[in-house]
Amino acid sequence: MPEPSTLSARPRRDWGQIALAYGIYLVLLLFVAAMALLSPNFLRVTNLLNIVTQASTVAVIAVGTTMVILLAEIDLSVGSVAALAGAVTAGVLKAGGGADPVWLLLAVLAGLAIGTALGALNGALTVWGGIPSFIVTLGMLSVGRGLTLLYTGGRPIFGLGGGFSAMAYGRVGPVPVPIIILVVLYTLAALFLHTTQLGRYIYAAGTNRRAVALAGVNVDRLKVGVFALAGTLAGLGGVLLTARLDSAQPTAATGWELDVIAAVVLGGTSLYGGRGAVMKTLVGAIILQLISNGLNLLNVQAYWQQITKGGVILLALLLERSIRRVRGGDEM
Amino acid sequence: MTDTGTGTPLLELQGIVKRFGGVLALDDVSLSLDRGQVLGLVGDNGAGKSTLIKVVAGAYQPDAGTLRMDGAGVRFPAPRSAKEAGIETVYQDLALVDTLDAAGNIFLGRELVRFGGGPVKVLNKRRMQESARELLGRLALELPSSGTEVGMLSGGQRQSVAISRALYTRPKLVILDEPTSALAVTEARKVLELPRTLAAQGVAVIIISHTLQDVLDVTDRIAVLRKGRKVADLRTAETTLEELVAHIVGGGRTRGAGYA
Repeated sequence: MPEPSTLSARPRRDWGQIALAYGIYLVLLLFVAAMALLSPNFLRVTNLLNIVTQASTVAVIAVGTTMVILLAEIDLSVGSVAALAGAVTAGVLKAGGGADPVWLLLAVLAGLAIGTALGALNGALTVWGGIPSFIVTLGMLSVGRGLTLLYTGGRPIFGLGGGFSAMAYGRVGPVPVPIIILVVLYTLAALFLHTTQLGRYIYAAGTNRRAVALAGVNVDRLKVGVFALAGTLAGLGGVLLTARLDSAQPTAATGWELDVIAAVVLGGTSLYGGRGAVMKTLVGAIILQLISNGLNLLNVQAYWQQITKGGVILLALLLERSIRRVRGGDEM
Repeated sequence: MTDTGTGTPLLELQGIVKRFGGVLALDDVSLSLDRGQVLGLVGDNGAGKSTLIKVVAGAYQPDAGTLRMDGAGVRFPAPRSAKEAGIETVYQDLALVDTLDAAGNIFLGRELVRFGGGPVKVLNKRRMQESARELLGRLALELPSSGTEVGMLSGGQRQSVAISRALYTRPKLVILDEPTSALAVTEARKVLELPRTLAAQGVAVIIISHTLQDVLDVTDRIAVLRKGRKVADLRTAETTLEELVAHIVGGGRTRGAGYA
């Protein structure tokens, strides 16, 4: 085998790699085609907007989880954190009485703040407490749910005022507000991850933490920051959910960590860290929503939906592993 | 080629002692190195090679002895201070990020920024590519195309990226720890041209290697450590493999085959 005399470019583009890079879009197309065949109304714009709107709460939270997973960490607490943030927002709204825009803003900020605080705590315990994030956030899943039940007294908080639910039902022109939030959020996140220094460090630290630390980057602080941001976004998801339900439910968003992680993994972000793209997480979240809608359309029992979601995660991971193995990738 | 004529060595170690508990890892080691000189550091496992370079790189603090650079006394309380003094180390495990491309690795931790501040510093990817190409050019190497992850490169290419990364700051001294240990023979040949290229540019190089023939091929001088002591300091042109092995194992026995 002759040795190249220079370090010339030799990009190895093979089908596995192409499947990893673009397969998700093909899957989306297949689902859309299948749904269009199942239901003649499916391709109508209002229905499509509706599906994206339904996916938006999970998709908002999944932005933060994508970054956490890129760092080769995990966050299982997002559902509980979302519920607590939604409850706190509802509580502050109630305390404020009317739907005065200042109170509205204050209430939303309070929800985001509590999410950020719990996220930062997740990060601090992981990084400085030296506990694996899997365990830390599993604990936080329980703590967050307990706090939500405590705060709400186990009862829903109703009567939040029309101004608040506009976050979920309002429209700018023909476009629902949640979709605008999604587009802005995903655009900013993609720009942050792909064009900024910190974004690059998130990928790099997820691949080789030690090398990044040796290069003088404070990886610990970066991790805590990303966990905190994931908390903020879980909080935002919770606030949006509360707006959609026009009430804070103590058991809201239970089990959402699975939906969120499913969206991220389905989008091709590697659970081993360092690889992935946030835009594909959005596609993943939409595919999950399509699966839900499709199963509803087919009158499949709701229990099957849980099985399907779990199965989708496992299948996506198996596919990724086998493709990387064939490619001779060196992960793990 | 080896002397710059100033007379003052670039690096001078005097009576370096390092203990780990009751173990004397370095016992009164003195060593000097000129600009543009390639020094081989050889010895059996546990002879003190790694400890010695870690003292030079600021990773360990000596218990006794002095370091001088350009004639002035220096202390390296941390790796950062050694780097600031112009000493870069390429460790054998390379510390590369497999999912970044070559330029991304070379600029890791010191990325060129187009605009912005705080958490939003937008990278200047094009300028990093250009600078990386220029840097590799100084080593007579070509930059793997933008976007090719270093995880896809061969061992020799990875080694070149790691060395380029060390060279970015224009160091005065580069320490290569087992630069060829993970490479195929043909690739090792290529990597071994780098010390001479660097030396020709006035950079001093220390190479640690178990492959004695490589050390004989590329160095100007060879220092031999045994049980924490420097037992020989030889001009490469005037020594042989047999002599080297004899110094390494001690007692004047020659047993070349196992080492070459």
